[in-house]
Parts: sequence; C-alpha cells; structure tokens
Amino acid sequence: MTRYLLRRFASTVVLLVVMVAFVYVIFYALPSDPAVLVCGKGCGGGQLAAIDHKLGLDQPEYLQFWHFLEGIFVGRDYSSGPDVSHCAAPCLGFSFQNDQPVLSLIGQRLPVSLSLTFGAMVLWLLIGVSAGVLSALRAGRFTDRVVTAVSVLAFGAPIFVSGLLLLMLFCGYLHWLDFPVYVPFTEDPAAWAKNLLLPWFTLAIAQSAIYARLTRSGMLETLSEDHIRTLRAYGLRERRVVGRHALRGTLTPVITITAYDFGYVLVGAMLTETLFGLPGLGQLIVQSSNNVDIPVVAGLTLVAGAAIVVANTAADLLYAVIDRRVVLA
Amino acid sequence: MTAELITEAGAAPEAPAHGRQVRRRLYADRMAMAGLVVAVLMLVAALIAPLLIHLEGQDATAYHPELLDSARGGVPRGSFGGASGAHWLGVEPTTGRDLFARALGGARISFLVAFGTLIVQILLGVGVGLAAGLGGKVADAFLGRLIDLAISFPQLIFAIALLAIVPGTFPRPLLLMMVIGLFGWGGTARLVRGQVLSLKTRDYVSAARLSGASRARIAVYEILPGVSAPLVTYAALLLPSNMISEAGLSFLGVGVRPPASSWGQMLSTATTWFQADPTYVLVPGLLLLLNVLAFTLLADGLRTALDPKAPSLRGGRR
Repeated sequence: MTRYLLRRFASTVVLLVVMVAFVYVIFYALPSDPAVLVCGKGCGGGQLAAIDHKLGLDQPEYLQFWHFLEGIFVGRDYSSGPDVSHCAAPCLGFSFQNDQPVLSLIGQRLPVSLSLTFGAMVLWLLIGVSAGVLSALRAGRFTDRVVTAVSVLAFGAPIFVSGLLLLMLFCGYLHWLDFPVYVPFTEDPAAWAKNLLLPWFTLAIAQSAIYARLTRSGMLETLSEDHIRTLRAYGLRERRVVGRHALRGTLTPVITITAYDFGYVLVGAMLTETLFGLPGLGQLIVQSSNNVDIPVVAGLTLVAGAAIVVANTAADLLYAVIDRRVVLA
Repeated sequence: MTAELITEAGAAPEAPAHGRQVRRRLYADRMAMAGLVVAVLMLVAALIAPLLIHLEGQDATAYHPELLDSARGGVPRGSFGGASGAHWLGVEPTTGRDLFARALGGARISFLVAFGTLIVQILLGVGVGLAAGLGGKVADAFLGRLIDLAISFPQLIFAIALLAIVPGTFPRPLLLMMVIGLFGWGGTARLVRGQVLSLKTRDYVSAARLSGASRARIAVYEILPGVSAPLVTYAALLLPSNMISEAGLSFLGVGVRPPASSWGQMLSTATTWFQADPTYVLVPGLLLLLNVLAFTLLADGLRTALDPKAPSLRGGRR
C-alpha cells in the first residue's frame, strides 16, 4: 500500500514537471515578448529591460524554469531595483497582466469551478446511473432503446451546441430563467443554484451519456454472473439483488471515471464557462492563453494536472475499498 | 477523448472478417446507413461548395447592410433570419453576410481539419505503436510511458496555449490539424501497441521471423494487416471527435480566424443572438450536430460489422 502510494506519487511529480516544462518550451520557443505585453506598445528599451529583470526574463530559460520550481517548494524573491517582494511557498509567480499573485487568481476562481463541477457531477451521476440501470433491466425493450437513442444524441452533441439550445429554450422562448450570472453561494444560495441550473444541465447531459453506457454494460455483465444467480436462487428479492449486489459490481468503473471527470471538469470546463460567462478556472485558462500570460498558464497547468492526478489516485484507493478483490500493486 | 471511451484497447484481435460479410452486415444496419447517407451528402456539399454558392448567387464575404434592421440592433429583416429565394438560409446579424455560403465554408473547414488531423494521428499513432510493440523491452518501456503521458495530458489546455501564441500569418487550418493531432495520437498508439503485442506471438509471425524476414518486413507485411481492422473503426470514431475539437477551439476564439468561417466560430458569435435571431444559432448548431451524429453512427456500425462481438455504442445484449 505504502509502496503503491510512493510509486504513484513519484510518477505524478514526473508528469507535472514534464507538463510545466512543456509550458515553458511552448512559450519561449515561439516568438512572443512578455515584457512588451506587460508594458504596452509605448515602452522604451530601458523600461523593457527593467521589466525583464524584475520578471527574471533576462536569465537563461533553464534558470527561469528552475526558479519557477524553486518558488513552488521554498518561495522566491522578486526584485525591481531597491524593493524586494517575497513570495512565500507555494509560489506560482505573478500575472504579467495585472501583477496579481497567480495563486490568489486561481483561489478567486476556484469556488466558481467547484460549484459548477460539483452540481453537474451530482446531476450526471443521478441521470447517468439511473438511466443505465433502467436500460440494463429492460435490455432490448422499448425503454432500453429510448435510453440508448437519447444517449447517442447527447454523446454526440458538443457542449456549446446543447448549451445554446438549452439557452434558447429556457431563456429565449419559455422565459423560465434569465441568462446565467454567477452569484456566490455565500451571498444567496437560491440565486446561486438558479443561475447554475443551465450550466449544470449542459455539462450533465454530455457526461451522463457516457455514464449510462458504462452502467448499462456493467450491470448486464454483473447480472449474468454466478453469485447473482445464487442470490436469486436463495429467493432474495429482486430489488435487493439489483440495488445492493449487482450495483456494487457495476459502480467500480463508474467511480473511477467519476473521479477522473471531476478533476478534468474542475479545470477544463472551458467551453461551458465561456458559453455561460462563468468566471471559473477554465475561462481563466482561455483568457490568460490569449494574453500570453505565461505564469498564469503555467500555474494553471500545474493545478490542472495536480487536480486530475489527485482525483485519479483517490479513485484507485476508493476502488480498493469498494471491491476487495482489487489488489494495489 | 471520446473515442477512447468507446474502444476498449488491447482486446485480442479477431481474425479479419470477410469483406463481403462485413459489407452485408453494414448494409443491414439502418442507423449506420442513415449516418452514411448524411455523411456522404455533407461531404459532397462541402466538396462542391463553390458551385452551390454560385448557384445561390451569393458569396461568403459580401456585406448586405440593406437586409438588416438597424433599429433592432442589426437583426435580419423578415422571418427565419431573413431567409429568402436569394439568401437560402438568411443572413448573419450585424454584417448581413450570406448564411448559406458561410455555413458551407464551415463544412469545408470542418472536414478539412478533421481529415487532416486524422492523418497526423494515424501517422504518429501507428508509428509509435508499432515501434513500442516491436522495438524490444527498452523501447517499449520508454514509448509506453510516452503513450501514457500523451493520453493523460490535459490536451485542450495546451492546444489553447499553443494556438494563442502562434503568429496569425501561419495558415490556421494546418495549424489546427497539427495541434489537435499532436495531442490526440495517444489512443491510436495504445490501440496499435496492444494489437501488435498480441499479434507478434502468433505462429505465422514466428514463421516469418524464422524464415529470415527483417523486422521492418514483418511490421509492414505481417503485423500491419492484422492491425488494420480495429484501426479503421478507431479512425472512424476519431473523425467526429476531431470535428468537435475544431469547432470547440474555434468557439473559444483560438481556432479558425475570420474571414474564414467555421461552425464553432459562428456559434460563438451566435451566443449573443439566440433571442433576437434563433436561425443564426440553429444553422451552424444543427449542421455540426447532424454531421457529428452521422459519422458517429457510421463508425459504430462499421465496428459492429467488423466485429459483431464488440460492445456497440447502441448497446445490444452482451
């Protein structure tokens, strides 16, 4: 167990370092001048050099990369002439655009992304798993065919098409909802939920198709296993056979993929956040990439990778708890 | 992304099904046939787009302010987004450009990028997959890691970052193919590697090796034909996934740049018009949806026809 965790941790660190290195290579190998972006078009050579020095851009690239890594673990100092500003670990640097610490930029947007992801996840699990179970129990019959047809449709629909169609229906025609504006949960929980309803459903529709498929095939497989037949022969009620025993075997892959999706959607809901104008992490990635804001992109990449990997590890551990047959090696 | 979830990689390759048998199964699959018809119609329309636009008598870049209602913020006059005999699908709000011509331009971009990306994915995927499967222990350990890395990489984030900083002078569709392809070959490589690993222990491969065939010869003449059937179905699934990627990146503003049109880009401007001019949302939205669905159904039918025991997107008893 300990060995497993250590190995997992080591490969995680390698993956994250490679990803950040990749960010650096991408941005430095290609023509773009951060100092000009910080200062604007009217800046002269002296000002540019000062900014370069402050941001550490006058150093060789590998040193910049090293300082970035150093900042994460022990913090780093930024000096511009006489004044030195210290950035305590874990330091992800400062945005080129507005000089804000990257970590606090991410912190500001995390609640939005968490709200979006968590609500959507609850919905897609509810919809996906129940649709999957339903269609497995009715395999080959009308209900099954309806569920499968709908899930093929939902599976193929890009987020920005289904989201726009939902917007048209609920905001444009029925006028049940206004165009979503993010309201923090702490301010007004009711408004928070009401505004997130469309983004939640948009994300959930796309996701639940996959979950329905996964649940359906897993359920069919488990139901045909020997121990289920034995339970039925013992005269256990069907409700208990399905709800307690068959579902347990089915849920293992569902949980793994949920953890993966949670990590991925948390930082990667770029399309949903852009479409609905939600100020989350995905929107920040799109904006800072367009502004060539290297520290923010690098920081976000790290956080994204970390979120995904942590979620995956959690899934593996959960897997072992649910299904004792799984041996962590 | 999406394709990964459907194809279970590493499954033991079946004996290649007979060509005629595959075709018969495919023809009997009504959904797949519907997909085929739509896909072919779309493809033909995209290919002969200049002709169709000429037939309509419009072009994709001409502005028609006279067709817009300036009092209502530039919404097209008339119902259905200003559709008429002259403008078959109406015009764009604020510019008055012909929507039919722009939608066809979007279809061309969608196909161009999807197929171009597919070539990159297949070349990289087959190359790395073959090398990993046949290259010996060290090569497999290294390339296997590389494949894992390529799959677990947050592709969209990097695609956006890359696309944002490449100068605007670089041809955009080509760049999109390279970027989507560069981050999207992992699944293909994993599939090929898995197939190769199980194929190379077969007797007929050992026979070829004993008769003195070179490694390259074995790869091309003995292994590759066995890989081709699962590869075809996987590739067919990559196509709609590539279309969604292109549309998504264009939707986020880092894909196809104006004056060229793309469905994703049209949808991104349509976001603010869904109340005043629903036609502007529906035209690119439904075209994209229809196209993606058609190719997905076709790919799924193809898989079932090639290997009836494979899990289908549409279920079936298993």
